[in-house]
Amino acid sequence: MRVKRILQKKEIASLQAVDLDLIDPLIEKYKNKKGNLIPILQGTQDIYGYLPEEAFIKISELTGLKLNEMYGVATFYTQFRLHPVGKHIIKVCHGTACHVQNATAISEAIEEALGIKDGETTEDNLFTLESVACLGCCSLAPVMMIGENTFGKLTSSQAVKIIKEIKIKESN
Amino acid sequence: MKKTKVLVGLASCGIAAGANKVYEQLKALQKADKLDFELKKTGCIGMCYREPLVEIIDETGSYLYGEVNEEKAVEIFNKHLKLNEPIKDYIVKSDLFKTADDNFWDGQVKIALRNCGVIDPENINEYEERGGYHAIRNILNDKTSQEQVIQTVLDSGIRGRGGGGFPTGMKWRFAHKSNADTKYIICNADEGDPGAFMDRSLLEGDPHAVIEGLIIGAYAIGANEGIIYCRAEYPLAIKRLNIALNQAREKGYLGKNIMGIKGFNFDLYVKEGAGAFVCGEETALMASVEGERGMPRKRPPFPAEAGLWGKPTNINNVETFANIPYIILNGAESFSKYGTEKSKGTKVFALTGKIRHGGAVEVPMGISIRDIIFKLGGGITGDKKFKAVQLGGPSGGCIPEYLADTIVDYDSVNATGAIMGSGGMVVMDETTCMVDMARFFLDFTRKESCGKCTFCRMGTKRMLEILERITQGEGQEGDIEKLEELAYQIKDNSLCGLGQTAPNPVLTTIKYFRNEYEAHIKDKKCPAKSCKELLTYTVDPDKCTGCTVCAKNCPSNAIDGARKEVHFIRQDACIKCGMCFTKCKFDAIVLS
Repeated sequence: MRVKRILQKKEIASLQAVDLDLIDPLIEKYKNKKGNLIPILQGTQDIYGYLPEEAFIKISELTGLKLNEMYGVATFYTQFRLHPVGKHIIKVCHGTACHVQNATAISEAIEEALGIKDGETTEDNLFTLESVACLGCCSLAPVMMIGENTFGKLTSSQAVKIIKEIKIKESN
Repeated sequence: MKKTKVLVGLASCGIAAGANKVYEQLKALQKADKLDFELKKTGCIGMCYREPLVEIIDETGSYLYGEVNEEKAVEIFNKHLKLNEPIKDYIVKSDLFKTADDNFWDGQVKIALRNCGVIDPENINEYEERGGYHAIRNILNDKTSQEQVIQTVLDSGIRGRGGGGFPTGMKWRFAHKSNADTKYIICNADEGDPGAFMDRSLLEGDPHAVIEGLIIGAYAIGANEGIIYCRAEYPLAIKRLNIALNQAREKGYLGKNIMGIKGFNFDLYVKEGAGAFVCGEETALMASVEGERGMPRKRPPFPAEAGLWGKPTNINNVETFANIPYIILNGAESFSKYGTEKSKGTKVFALTGKIRHGGAVEVPMGISIRDIIFKLGGGITGDKKFKAVQLGGPSGGCIPEYLADTIVDYDSVNATGAIMGSGGMVVMDETTCMVDMARFFLDFTRKESCGKCTFCRMGTKRMLEILERITQGEGQEGDIEKLEELAYQIKDNSLCGLGQTAPNPVLTTIKYFRNEYEAHIKDKKCPAKSCKELLTYTVDPDKCTGCTVCAKNCPSNAIDGARKEVHFIRQDACIKCGMCFTKCKFDAIVLS
């Protein structure tokens, strides 16, 4: 089992306020539909990149879904994040094929290059590093995915180079 | 004269290898030169190790080009498409001559993958031209009874391709016999097994085959609503499924009064999973569809009696559904003629790991594992020694080299302690540590355990702790026995398949590679030289030239030595990162 925790208020004090109006159409669409909890959470995360506490409360008030059930579901599935994420999410595949081809070295190289650990976000909010179970591109192992782009047959130095290139692009 | 067709394989892994760029390149060249050929997108061709792939079919025959990049695309365009001069050096398959890669195709029988890499998955007409939706049309036109459809599926001998191996026809019969006003049919596309991508290939390459399989199933059991539960990590598969569903609705294959048959109403939608391996278990999957935590439920009642929302529900895997239209159209015999006595037909495997020719292969049941690895797969990369093959992912086990003649069939694979699983086949060589493999899978199941059963939740954690200790050189006498005891307790005291099979990777590696465990525990050595904590790096004084490269690159300043003098690694400061080993140009760093 994994354990996830909601952010404490003081940790998120520096964050920007969340525009709760954005989820209105979503609530309208799924309100009163059976089995709507997961699609609502998925939609909310698509909007904010994570699940803000305020959104939980608003959804609960407008749909009648219980807060504890929502929290239970949000912490159960790996897809849901309770923390804000960086602009680029780096997903390093740790499936069996990637593990055999030394995906750990890729993760370690990126951790060192960005100065963050798995699951963390860089201070400039540019990158979040995540290790994932399998991206399904096993014959290109080891693999990582940044945004919509998948990179295969990686070496540690290539992986770091790809990230540095994104960094340079962003600073221009 | 038939128009020349140019197909570019655009499944996820093709795209990752750069197939989109190749496609755009060819498109631009075609536009600039106004050359008359049909440029098309297709799904997974299967030859993943040669991605990106481009196939040219002209009036002389078919030519499959491998490892095409933008430069090669220009060359192929200029020579083959403009001057009709195929470039033999780049061709990996052709119906006109032999190539070095032919072994990959010999021995394959494509039933489930019959259209993958052949048709444009986003075009329903191409599926129909290849016999698509003919099976359901025949059923409705000939007024074939539900019972007859189920009998055909039973006669074909097809068993659940998700790994369980339960006869599909029997499952359908149970669901058919349940009386209810509403029944559901679900396609399990939550392919969570790390190291497997058969279902992704199928959904990206031939979504209509899966949809037609579902419609036939819905007819047979009397379901009015269907769900394809697909993992969210497969965005392309979800996109193509939704395109296909809309096309099927427009053509009247889905909706009310399907194909003019009054009262045959059935519609389907895609439900995105949210990333939980346990949701591959059918009762957990249904809980997830209902919007709850994906926790398995007690059986009985079985889903065929009371499943989703308490209604009779039938769940099959993607590959199972993809086979159904073929079976109905060509008869049970066309499928059951392949395979062994108890395992009929073909099976798709995702061949990966330390193998030369990795990819998606479909082979008849009964073929030996050795043939798959050495004939189709071309053997081990880098001429290393073949050690074991992992079947069935976190629920499966490792089959050692000396059992590689085991044939692919549910019962033979089970006898080794592994399971057939959904089709992940990860090949390992002498540099893969089997204790580390067991640790890897336990780490996975420990995270993925839903937490409902104590033995699965806590037992996997305790087993993982022991395995971590062993790989870190802190194994103790009696650890193996402790692992075994925990393993049997977890197997006996877990509700669902996840817990019941979670110890398999540990049990099979202990069974076949006990010596490796003992080497870790007693000698504090990793025979595969893979467990970091058990390695020692030293300098070979005969080979060291004193170039100082290792010392400069050492992140912990553990290497001493003056220029042009033999260097020395201080073991107490060494963090075993292996940097000196990779940087030394003179092979002077010795790993032991």
